[in-house]
Amino acid sequence: MSGNTLHYHYVVPGDDFTRAGMASSAVKQVLKQLGLDPETVRKMAISLYEGEINMVIHASGGEIDVDIDDEKIVAVLTDHGPGIEDIELAMQEGWSTASEQVRGLGFGAGMGLPNMKKYSDYMNIESKPGSGTTVTVMVNIK
Amino acid sequence: MKVKELCAQLGWEIANGEGEREITGGIYCCDLLSIVMGRAPAGSLWITVMGNVNSMAVSTLADTACVVIAEAMPLDDEALIGAKKGNVTVVRTELPVFEAALKAAECLGLL
Repeated sequence: MSGNTLHYHYVVPGDDFTRAGMASSAVKQVLKQLGLDPETVRKMAISLYEGEINMVIHASGGEIDVDIDDEKIVAVLTDHGPGIEDIELAMQEGWSTASEQVRGLGFGAGMGLPNMKKYSDYMNIESKPGSGTTVTVMVNIK
Repeated sequence: MKVKELCAQLGWEIANGEGEREITGGIYCCDLLSIVMGRAPAGSLWITVMGNVNSMAVSTLADTACVVIAEAMPLDDEALIGAKKGNVTVVRTELPVFEAALKAAECLGLL
């Protein structure tokens, strides 16, 4: 794919935990097919899945745009949910506003955003309470 | 050691997949999926009591060698569909998590 940029667009349905992870799985499949090294694939898969779950839990879904070129994979996750009041607080491990129902499924441990930061090479959050959140994550291709 | 070899030695049931993957990441035990996602090593034998569809997604994306459902906890229909779709090897045992990990560790020569 020398010199080309591949673009993929996914819609993440809200409040459907059985389908959460479909976009991340699809992206993982694409990255594997491109022959990228397993650690790069894993980093992007984990970062995206956490973002996807956050969209389902907090924002009634959203959209994911993924661009892949020779050097990097960039994913932009956009939702129109309630936004994040305090991004610094949300980035702390263990801090979560998830419901008891969500916790019963094994989520809501306050690890989503920290995991995204841990597994990506660059991460940016833009959020306004009331109007939604856009998270950008980038993983360098080795 | 491959997942299927470990299962054969311990008498654990393979509920989905062939178990052809090598266990290269040791053993990892946790039920909280957000923690598993961030900390389970790739290629690990992941032991949990969470037999739901989200566990299957986590195994796929965190790239564990398999999921071991301990305590004979049920693997629901959605989870089984998710496992097939994600090509996840799912193993079931009646043992509690600690005992399952101990047996697996003995088998893998980790003790």
